[in-house]
Amino acid sequence: MANTHPGQVSSMTVKLVLAWGFVGIPLTLGVIQTLLNAMKLFQ
Amino acid sequence: MKSLSFLDRSRTVAEPGFSRWLVPPAALCVHLCIGQAYAFSVFNLPMTRLVGISQSAPTDWKLTELGWIFSIAIFFLGVSSAVFGRWVEEGGPRRAMFAAALCWAGGFFVSAIGVYIHNLWLIYLGYGVLGGIALGIGYISPVSTLIKWFPDRPGMATGMAIMGFGGGAFIAAPLSVWLMGKFNSATHVGVAETFIILGVVYFFFMMVGAAIVRVPAPGWKPAGYTAPTTAQKLITKNDVFVYDALKTPQFWLIWWILCLNVTAGIGVLGQASAMSQEMFPGHITPLAAAGFVGLMSLFNMGGRFFWASTSDYIGRRNTYFVFMVLGFVMYCTVPYTGSIGSVAAFVIAFLIIISMYGGGFSTVPAYLRDMFGTRYVGAIHGLLLTAWSMAGIFGPVIVNYLREYNIAHNVPKAQAYNNAMYIMAGLLVIGFVCNLLVKAVHHRFHMKLDHEAERAQAVVAAAGEPAGA
Repeated sequence: MANTHPGQVSSMTVKLVLAWGFVGIPLTLGVIQTLLNAMKLFQ
Repeated sequence: MKSLSFLDRSRTVAEPGFSRWLVPPAALCVHLCIGQAYAFSVFNLPMTRLVGISQSAPTDWKLTELGWIFSIAIFFLGVSSAVFGRWVEEGGPRRAMFAAALCWAGGFFVSAIGVYIHNLWLIYLGYGVLGGIALGIGYISPVSTLIKWFPDRPGMATGMAIMGFGGGAFIAAPLSVWLMGKFNSATHVGVAETFIILGVVYFFFMMVGAAIVRVPAPGWKPAGYTAPTTAQKLITKNDVFVYDALKTPQFWLIWWILCLNVTAGIGVLGQASAMSQEMFPGHITPLAAAGFVGLMSLFNMGGRFFWASTSDYIGRRNTYFVFMVLGFVMYCTVPYTGSIGSVAAFVIAFLIIISMYGGGFSTVPAYLRDMFGTRYVGAIHGLLLTAWSMAGIFGPVIVNYLREYNIAHNVPKAQAYNNAMYIMAGLLVIGFVCNLLVKAVHHRFHMKLDHEAERAQAVVAAAGEPAGA
């Protein structure tokens, strides 16, 4: 993103946050749920 | 068709200012969805009481009949990735992701009809065949694109996407159980409605991936990146045509390396719950075993990212040497952990094994790129995935049949898995030898002008324009 306008950079940052959030949030929730279930191994 | 021109590779070339870090989430959109396949078993028990509702009726499907759905899907994963690999490579990632989304959602819709009219063949066709084709096309669709965007860290990039395939089950399992609970009633199990909702949600999710994916412009390089100038023996700067790769010993050596590594892992993955309870009776309860399986899934997913990223630093061949040597030690250790009754040592051994099972999948695209170049790496990867289909048969057969044989010959259940573990260790020794034999591809296989011309003609023919237009 070297030769880009500052406005373009901030718009790309927003897209990055949205895209990673779109896949990251459900995956994180799933991982937390699995970890909670896995804790039963140690109870 | 003009209306579908947005799917063309030419429409996905990134404009200046595009961040390559948008491509991994695009790949994850697809892999997280098709990774649902690992969670399909949550439907098995509910589908055994579609008629009886509260309990199975005589006309209800049996678990053995339902087990075929997953097997057919994995079989078609291997077939479709091999058959459509070149089409995926030349058509670009967006067209492939769109096709995968259509097949994946379509598979769920056809299966929903199958559940509704209680016809198992429709589910074999829907989830098994259509879903399996989606698995194959979707799995390879972002691989070469990621490798081209991340020439400096190809292992990490493909590891991120393939990690999604391991992680898809974490989302799908609780979501499916929750949806079935919502649609469940005194006269209804709720499977058909859940299939329809999943089909719609997955189609939307995968189309988001297809919309944001981009291929780099010709000649693009990451800022500050300079390709290594010193020749590296096992990293080629040339490309090998997809079908020429099949003629090289390197392709078949890597095919066997993947097959043996996956055979070892998949055999224990499917039996982990029963094995842990039988090896440690009274110590590991069914509830704890379920937790153990969940932990294994996490390591399967984490291993995909960890090992593929590590391979960028230590090299692909060395990474597979680690898998084979460490795997050998771990498999030989498992019977010992049972004999001394150490649950902790057993769990640690299996978590390491399963991380390397995942790592084997995620490191192999970068290994192929090192051997055959970037141009047809996705298509070559597709052909290689037939090793997965083969391993899906070998692994469980070895573990299950040896257990049955031992129990029939009065071996205590706690020791019934021992010789299967030693056989797995032996398979990894063969894998070690295969890896040792991998050398750089001979220059006679590198792409020459005649293949370039053939490819250009094929592209022109596919576009429906006269040659030379």
